Amino acid sequence: MALAQRVFDVPRLRHHDGLRSFLVASWLGWQIESNWADPFLFAVYAITRPLANVLILVVMYAVITDGAFAQPIFPYIYLGNALYILVGQVITGVSWAIIDDREHYRVAKYLYTAPIDGYAYLFGRGVARVLIGTISVLIVIAFGILLFRLPIHLRTVDWSLLLFSTALGVAALAGLGVIMGALTMTMARHFWSVGEAVAGALYLFSGAIFPLDLLPSWLQPLGFALPVTYWLEAARRALLGPQAHGFQTLAGLSNVELLAILAAFVAVLLPGSRLVYRWALHTAKEKGLIDIETGY
Amino acid sequence: MDTEMDGERVVKRQGLSLFWATMWARAYPRMVGAFRERSWLFFETLLPVLAVSGYVFIYRAIQAPPAYTGFAVLGGVMTAFWLNVLWSMASQLYWDKDQGNLEIYVMAPGPLMAVLLGMAVGGMVMTGTRAVAILLVCSLLFDVSYQIAQPLWLVAAFVLTMAALYGMGMLFASIFLVSGREAWHLSNLLQEPIYLVSGFYFPVKALGFWVATLASIIPLTLGLDAMRQLMFAGDPTLGFLPVPVEVTVQLVLAVVFITAAYFALAKLEAIGRQQGRLIERRR
Repeated sequence: MALAQRVFDVPRLRHHDGLRSFLVASWLGWQIESNWADPFLFAVYAITRPLANVLILVVMYAVITDGAFAQPIFPYIYLGNALYILVGQVITGVSWAIIDDREHYRVAKYLYTAPIDGYAYLFGRGVARVLIGTISVLIVIAFGILLFRLPIHLRTVDWSLLLFSTALGVAALAGLGVIMGALTMTMARHFWSVGEAVAGALYLFSGAIFPLDLLPSWLQPLGFALPVTYWLEAARRALLGPQAHGFQTLAGLSNVELLAILAAFVAVLLPGSRLVYRWALHTAKEKGLIDIETGY
Repeated sequence: MDTEMDGERVVKRQGLSLFWATMWARAYPRMVGAFRERSWLFFETLLPVLAVSGYVFIYRAIQAPPAYTGFAVLGGVMTAFWLNVLWSMASQLYWDKDQGNLEIYVMAPGPLMAVLLGMAVGGMVMTGTRAVAILLVCSLLFDVSYQIAQPLWLVAAFVLTMAALYGMGMLFASIFLVSGREAWHLSNLLQEPIYLVSGFYFPVKALGFWVATLASIIPLTLGLDAMRQLMFAGDPTLGFLPVPVEVTVQLVLAVVFITAAYFALAKLEAIGRQQGRLIERRR
C-alpha cells in the first residue's frame, strides 16, 4: 500500500481522472484477486487450473498418438491452449468486475457517484487478470518445455514479433473485454454467461487448439473475423519459428501483415469500446440497472 | 398434530413427514425454476456445447477413433452435474448465508439435512434437463452413435453415480460453509483439475492404475468409466475396472458420503451456533 500511495500522490496522476482511476482500479483489482489467501495458496490456485486444463489436452493427445509429442500438431495445440489463458482472463475479467461491484460487494452506486472515469476504471480492473494470466501462460509454457520438450529456444524466438503481436493482441482483447463488461452493465439476467460465452466461442473459432481448416467451411469465416486468430498465429510463429508454418490456416499472410491486421482490430475495438461503454452506462441508468442486486 | 391459525386448520408435520415435506419444499424452486425460466436452458447448453466441440475437434485433428467423440460428449454432459454440485450444492449454504437465508433455515422447524437433500433432488432434476439438452445437441452435431448392450446396468450406474455425487455435494456444503469467502475459490479450483483426474474427456485408465484409483473417490470417475463401457460397446480394454465392480463402489460411496454429510452438518451447525458464524457475513 505504501508504494501504491506514493504512486497515487504524484500530482500529475492525482489530477488526471483517467490515469488516477486506471491506477486505483488496477491496484483494487489486484487486491480483490489476491488477498483472499496467503501468497502460496494464491500461487497454487493461479497455477493449478491452467496446468490441469493443458494436461487434459496432453493426455487426450498422448492416448491417441501414443505420446508422439515431436509431431508439429502437439506444440500447436499446447501453445494455443497456453496462450489462450490470457484471452479467457481478459474477456471474462471485466465482466466479472461489474458483477462483483454490483452484486457481491454492492458498491456500484458509490462508484458511479464518485469523481472517477468509469471507462478507465473498467480497464484498470482488467489489469490484475492480465497479470495473473501472463504469469500462468509463462508457467504453462515453461512446463511444456521442460516436460514435453516443446521446440522453443530462447535464442531463436522472434522477440520483436512476440512483443508487438502480444501488445496489439492484448489491447484488442482489452477492447473486447470492456465491451463485454459494458454489456454486462445493461443485463439483469444471464450476465455471468456473457464473458464466458464469448471466451468459449473464441476458443472454438480462433484456431486456438486445432487448425481452422477443421471447422466446417461455413464457420471458418468467423475465425478470420477475430483478432485472437491473428494474435495466436503471430505468437506461435514467434515462439516456434519455421515449425509454426506447418499448417495452412494463415500461411499466406506475412508477419507484417499479421501485425497490420491486429493493429486494425485495435484501431476499431478501442474507440468502439468507449462508445459501447457510454451507451451501456446510459442504458443502465435509464433502466435502473446500475446498482441492481438480483441474487440471480 | 393439528392446530388453529387464523380460523384455518393447519396440519403441523413432525418426524419423517416433516423431513419429507421440507425436502420437497427446498427442491420445489429448483424444479419449477428449471421449467419456468427456460432462457437458462440456452446458456447452460451453449457453454458446455462450445467446450465439448473444442475437444471433439481436437480428437478429429489427431485422427482419433470415432468412439472418442462420444467419450468427449459424455464427459461434457457430466460436467453439467459436476458444476451443479460445486456451485449449487457445495457453495449453496455459503450463498444462503450471504443472502440471509441460512439463518431462516436454522430457525425453521424442518431439519437441515432435509434442506440439503432437497437441494440435491432439485439440482438433479434441474441439471438433468440441461444434460439431456447437451446430449441431444452434441449427439446430433457430431453424429455420435451409441451401442447400449445392458440398459439396466446403465441405469444402475447412472442412478448410483448421481446418489454418490450429490452425497458428496451435501458433504461439501458443510465444509464450504466454514471456509467462508474461500468457498468461491475452492469451487473454481475444483473444476479443471477434477476434469483431468476423473477422465472427463478421455478414458481414466490412461492416467495409470494409482491415479485412477485415487481419483475414484470422486464418484464421476468410475461413473463415467462405467457409462462409457456400457454406451460405447467398443474396445473393452478401455475400461478401468469391470462394470459390476464400478457400480458396487458407487453404492458404497453413496452410503459413505450421505452418512458423512449427516454428521458433518450436525457438527458444523453446532460449531456455527457456538461461534456465532451462522449469520456472519464476510465479503
